[in-house]
Amino acid sequence: MSTTQFLAEAITRTSSGEAVVFWFLGPVALAAALAMVLSKNTVHAALWLVLVMFCLAVFYVVQDAPFLGAVQVIVYAGAIMVLFLFVVMLVGVDYSESLTETLRGQRVTAILLAVGFGGLLLLPIARAVASTSAQGLGESGFNDNVGAIARVLFTQYVFAFEVVSALLIVAAVGAMVLGHRDRRDERLSQREQATRRFTDPEHQFSPLPGPGVYALHDAVDRPALLPDGSPARTSVPSEYADSIDQAYDEVLNERSRRTSIEGSAGPGSAGPDGPTSVERESTAGRDQR
Amino acid sequence: MNPANYLLLSAALFTIGTVGVLVRSNALVIFMSIELMLNAVNLTLVTFSRINGSLDGQIIAFFVMVVAAAEVVVGLAIIVTIFRTRSSASVDDTNLLKY
Repeated sequence: MSTTQFLAEAITRTSSGEAVVFWFLGPVALAAALAMVLSKNTVHAALWLVLVMFCLAVFYVVQDAPFLGAVQVIVYAGAIMVLFLFVVMLVGVDYSESLTETLRGQRVTAILLAVGFGGLLLLPIARAVASTSAQGLGESGFNDNVGAIARVLFTQYVFAFEVVSALLIVAAVGAMVLGHRDRRDERLSQREQATRRFTDPEHQFSPLPGPGVYALHDAVDRPALLPDGSPARTSVPSEYADSIDQAYDEVLNERSRRTSIEGSAGPGSAGPDGPTSVERESTAGRDQR
Repeated sequence: MNPANYLLLSAALFTIGTVGVLVRSNALVIFMSIELMLNAVNLTLVTFSRINGSLDGQIIAFFVMVVAAAEVVVGLAIIVTIFRTRSSASVDDTNLLKY
């Protein structure tokens, strides 16, 4: 007996292995679905939904539908969720879902109704199918699942299959029509773009200055100093814009400290003629270290 | 294990999807909740296919997946179009047809 045959045997009846899979992944799927509904961040919601879909794919494989399991992973968890994430990134991740309700008491009512709906759905199912046993799909369940589906799909359901292909084309064209946007203004030519680079006062055509050049430190958040001693605001990333003024204060402090050292140390410690210019240079050098 | 447990699980997932559609106001999350409901129904179809020993359920689940893919493409395009004109993905802001 080959491995696949053995697997097929094990799968047509509810084995204890399947029970383990169900009782492990079922709560995971439920928790992930709840987390999807409750998460504030849209990207997190999408990722939780991916987890639910993976769990469902495992359930499909366990339940004699390995082809659907593979399609679930490829189409749902792969294609559709990537599309979702694209749109989330396009629209922008905003955390600011408004907490004010448009309809008063809508959330409470919705949750109450949903609990009732869930009860109506769950209890009759639990009663009606309390002692069901699975008939199983036998050979077409695992060993020849793709072949069996193909046989049914291309004979009995061939018309539906063709209609679905038409639907897919219509959907693709519709998405393109909806996503298309007409240009309102004329597209700039290369010459006009090049002219604008130099006439636009906002635009800087030289490279940005590096951080920390001529400053006291060469850390990334320390701005470069211009020849007149003021900080060059474009030399640090905009994230560190707060530290520019602080760094400028440091520069001013350092400058006043140096002048005061030079002023006080000058006449006292040096000779009667005061420090020579060479001595003054060396003092400044020591201060810098 | 009773295979009907899958039916109960999918009913619970469907209910959670309903809550998401009713409670959230972000159009994208509502859309994801609808996907969750479709997936729950797919699980039901696969389970019944196995209980009854017939492949039809799997075929229908396959068609549901295809239709869901088409639906997602068009729906997301609509959401992007709405976002372009209203610059918001919240369903509360799309109320121009109300008056």
